Amino acid sequence: MAEMIKVGMADLKTCKTPDILTTLGLGSCVGIVLYDPSKKIAGLAHIMLPDSTQIRNNSNKAKFADTAIDVLIDEMISMGARKDRLVAKLAGGAQMFSFNSSNDLMKIGLRNAEASKKILKALNIRILSEDTGENYGRTIEFNSDNGELLIKTIGKEPKTI
Amino acid sequence: MDDKLSMDKLNEMHIDILREIGNIGAGNATTALSQMINKKVDMGVPKVNILEFKELSEVLGGAENLVVGILFNVTGEINGMMMFALEQSSAHVLVNLLMGKNIDDFSEFTEMDLSALNEIGNIIAGAYLSSLSGLTNLKINASIPHLAIDMAGAILSVPAIEFGKTGDKALMIQTDFGEGKEEVDGYFILIPEEDSFRTILKTLGIMG
Repeated sequence: MAEMIKVGMADLKTCKTPDILTTLGLGSCVGIVLYDPSKKIAGLAHIMLPDSTQIRNNSNKAKFADTAIDVLIDEMISMGARKDRLVAKLAGGAQMFSFNSSNDLMKIGLRNAEASKKILKALNIRILSEDTGENYGRTIEFNSDNGELLIKTIGKEPKTI
Repeated sequence: MDDKLSMDKLNEMHIDILREIGNIGAGNATTALSQMINKKVDMGVPKVNILEFKELSEVLGGAENLVVGILFNVTGEINGMMMFALEQSSAHVLVNLLMGKNIDDFSEFTEMDLSALNEIGNIIAGAYLSSLSGLTNLKINASIPHLAIDMAGAILSVPAIEFGKTGDKALMIQTDFGEGKEEVDGYFILIPEEDSFRTILKTLGIMG
């Protein structure tokens, strides 16, 4: 029986087939999924901010795109995954409130998504699919058995990427 | 004592004071709301929550609960955010009461409904913050309202990210309110930045 493993905000978890990683109500944060398809080992981080080097208090590694990806990779390797086989899927990074100023807050979702992509690219991890941006929240479920990322939003049909 | 008051070091007395601030602010806001809809509105006991981010989405009825959130940036001598959040069904009831529509009209919000909600938010936030300002003698300004209708977790991610820039926990002063049989249930949430609690406590003579 597959277990559903919940990942909170600024949190990360890993699992093996057949378990499912989920995070509920993702807004401006980004859900970063890493996956080794041949070992069926998966990791999910729910990051809040793009870059730990810009922040003084950066001890919670799951909070930042850069450090969270590093931790996921390490944990997955220790479970038997191979770094050169890892692929990624991304969701979130919405702009929940339409601020009509040049306020920094307005772009945080976008910046989170961009930073996540840049870091993955630098690590040579291919992004298979993404559902980022827009202005709505998402609940996501990653199935470590088949590599599908299910995305649920309010008022729309669920989709798989 | 550390120069910076850490959320981990808040003691029972600090919490009591923050709860009292929630009590007075939400009391004023509830009165304003009650006058607006010409009905009695009950208010719950304010809760002071110091939460890790991973626990945060459990407030407002769970991460996936559909809510209307009206968010204000708070600036001046206190910085942070103020949010007025309602269950979606409550928002409908509130708008219908205010606009003289059929009470159980739950069709989509019109532009007019949304601007009514923004205005309700404005009055509520104004009442909440002016009592806080009166209590502390601090200058507090609120931005224009920003409205979103979505999952509670997604809506709370915005103030949470602001907290994430300086710490690993978020402080929320949360008050539930309800209006009896027509069921307007919602929350007032004050989310001060870490430095601002120190300012608040200092102004109230609690710490040097």
